[in-house]
Amino acid sequence: MNWIKIKNNTKISLLDIPILDISDLRIEIISLCSALTQGGSDNSSVLAGYKMRPVGFFGKDWGRGDTRLFVVLADDRTGEFYVSSAIFKAGIREYESITKEIPAFHMFEREFYEEFNIRPKNHPWLKPVRKSLDDYKFFEMEGEEIHQVAVGPIHAGVIEPGHFRFMCNGETVYHLEIALGYQHKGVEDMMVKCPSNQLAESICGDSVIAYNLAYSKVMETIKGISVSYKAKLIRNLALEMERAAVHIGDLGAIAGDIAYLMGASVFGATRTLVINTMLEFSGSRFGRGLITLGGVNFDIDETKIERAKKTFEKVEKDVRRMVKTMLKNSSVVSRLEKTGTVSAERAAEIGLVGMAARASGLNIDSRFNFPDSQMKETGLERVHLKGTGDVNARFKLRYKEILQSFSIIRKIFGKFKEYSHEPVNCGYEVLNKENAKDVFAISVVEGWRGEIIHIAMTDNEGRLTRYKIKDPSFNNWYGLALAVRNNGVSDFPLCNKSFNLSYCGCDL
Amino acid sequence: MFDTLKSRIFQGNQFIKDIENAPMREQFRGLPVLKDSNCDGCKKCLDICPTGALSLNPLMIDMGKCTFCGACKNVCNKNAVNFSNFYKLASTSRSALMIDERATKELFEKTAIEVKKEIVSMFSRSLKLRQVSAGGCNGCEMELNACSNVNFDMGRFGIDFVASPRHADGIVITGPVTKNMAYALEDCYNATPNPKIVILCGACAISGGIFQKSDEINREFFEKYPVDLYIPGCPVHPLTFINGILGYIRGRK
Repeated sequence: MNWIKIKNNTKISLLDIPILDISDLRIEIISLCSALTQGGSDNSSVLAGYKMRPVGFFGKDWGRGDTRLFVVLADDRTGEFYVSSAIFKAGIREYESITKEIPAFHMFEREFYEEFNIRPKNHPWLKPVRKSLDDYKFFEMEGEEIHQVAVGPIHAGVIEPGHFRFMCNGETVYHLEIALGYQHKGVEDMMVKCPSNQLAESICGDSVIAYNLAYSKVMETIKGISVSYKAKLIRNLALEMERAAVHIGDLGAIAGDIAYLMGASVFGATRTLVINTMLEFSGSRFGRGLITLGGVNFDIDETKIERAKKTFEKVEKDVRRMVKTMLKNSSVVSRLEKTGTVSAERAAEIGLVGMAARASGLNIDSRFNFPDSQMKETGLERVHLKGTGDVNARFKLRYKEILQSFSIIRKIFGKFKEYSHEPVNCGYEVLNKENAKDVFAISVVEGWRGEIIHIAMTDNEGRLTRYKIKDPSFNNWYGLALAVRNNGVSDFPLCNKSFNLSYCGCDL
Repeated sequence: MFDTLKSRIFQGNQFIKDIENAPMREQFRGLPVLKDSNCDGCKKCLDICPTGALSLNPLMIDMGKCTFCGACKNVCNKNAVNFSNFYKLASTSRSALMIDERATKELFEKTAIEVKKEIVSMFSRSLKLRQVSAGGCNGCEMELNACSNVNFDMGRFGIDFVASPRHADGIVITGPVTKNMAYALEDCYNATPNPKIVILCGACAISGGIFQKSDEINREFFEKYPVDLYIPGCPVHPLTFINGILGYIRGRK
């Protein structure tokens, strides 16, 4: 057997993971991830004829100088992950690159090379990901009218650091290269040494709930902790509130970038209502301190629910009204339409995920592809959108997802009464519960940007030995680079905001 | 046009009129309230604190390290640790952030910010700041952006974020300062014309916070340059930030 299959939020024994020769593994990966000759009309992941996509490709120190490479592929149709591995003996320092055949691997192979110094031969774009940024060699064009625009690492706005290098001809961007790594804090190592909910929350401060949930789920899987139904309700409630709040904020930011200040103000104010409700639920506007191993720290009572219901009703109304007003305005639409387009074929090829992929017409949503039991019960349907892949599509998708989130929230509120007697957590003792030995566990949570994947491994004494995180931004930054091609350099902020990718989620 | 006006009218006035006395929800975790006499020394809080912000004998919380997660409060059966919803947490000295049993709202508000005459005369009506995210998780950054929205509307006090350090009177640092950002941060500091102030925003910037044990951070900047204002929080609430700065540039009334 070349692969072992694993579902979301489950664990397998490390000993069961097949070890292949790297050349065989490479052929396996290429055959699973490359275009199908027929079919592909299935609406889940294969829109552009692609079968599986990489979600994990990372090394682990395997003693005596050996390195073991783990590969995790996602099958969106069946909701299964395929796991396999290969061992590089101490002397072996290269292998044939997969990126040439499957471009979606390009960031994964670069990361693996940077961490373990095992070179993918003939990789077309083997540049630093997080380390040794001083040696970064930018792609350059030459010509009389060609000029470069360098931006960052410190940007003009109050945002995270990263360096952008535009190759322009006049005002038209021919190519954008994004050099990140300024945010690198060694989070994965810290997760092995001193894992905590608070650390998980701080990896990416705009996806507090999603990250903490992914961490909690993977650790609960390893420790064998079960969570009460009510706690799950509160967790899903918080996740959808986070999605709605950030999307509303981003609608405002997009409005701000096209100088439609009315939109910026109204969306800014309505977002405040959502995050202030989060403050009522958890004591923090972003939901910090809410989720803990074994459940949640705060219970939500009837009075709070009633107040929140009223607030969300108003928020929904305000958002609907503002979006309609905004999209009636032709000068708004002219800025959004056909700006920053990523086609479905291109999106599938480079492996976009999450919201950006959906806006390009790929229906990848781990809430539906890799559902937990509660998600199934809500009986919700995917958001359908004719994905044109431009800023307009990402704007409208955000709007639709906000409405979808509020409808999930309403259903969750409706269920609270039945479970009001349940405890919301299992006390603090569960934090010290022993980990299962020699296991590999995976958890995926659909944050507002897309799938957040946490993978944890333990050794034969139950200690964490590897913790791997994949943020959707890791896949999607390259999508932004493609989106701005042949657009005016002045449209870059608009494209950037429509993606709103994470720097620290990518840099870790 | 009509729709736009309608949207506008439905919104009404959103800004907080009296920002210095704005009400805060009781769930907010602000200034810690400690009861040393209740503490039986079980050390559960020390074990659970992810940043080592607590110390015993006497019971103290270092707000410069605290992430305000509330875990210590949840784990304490003796009711020795609590958090009030008092949000004016900024201080001009690092040591004032060490909170012990004696600290009260009134006392903290009175003593935490040392007002300097030259700062008040220079910046009380206009303060332009350059923000540098040096490894920040985007939590503090989002809250700093929120300071300028229609609710908090920091611009009405003459406080703004500007695009270039050359236009700035000071820099606001968020994040623990990663190795990869250390150079850019120093560059930005040097590009800011004198006289300038340095404001640290959030637990990460003040002490390294949750990332203080990371091998990838470099905090040499703080050995070289003085810091004028510490604003604790994780992330910093907009009211904490705005009131902290107002207290520093305007002085107490």
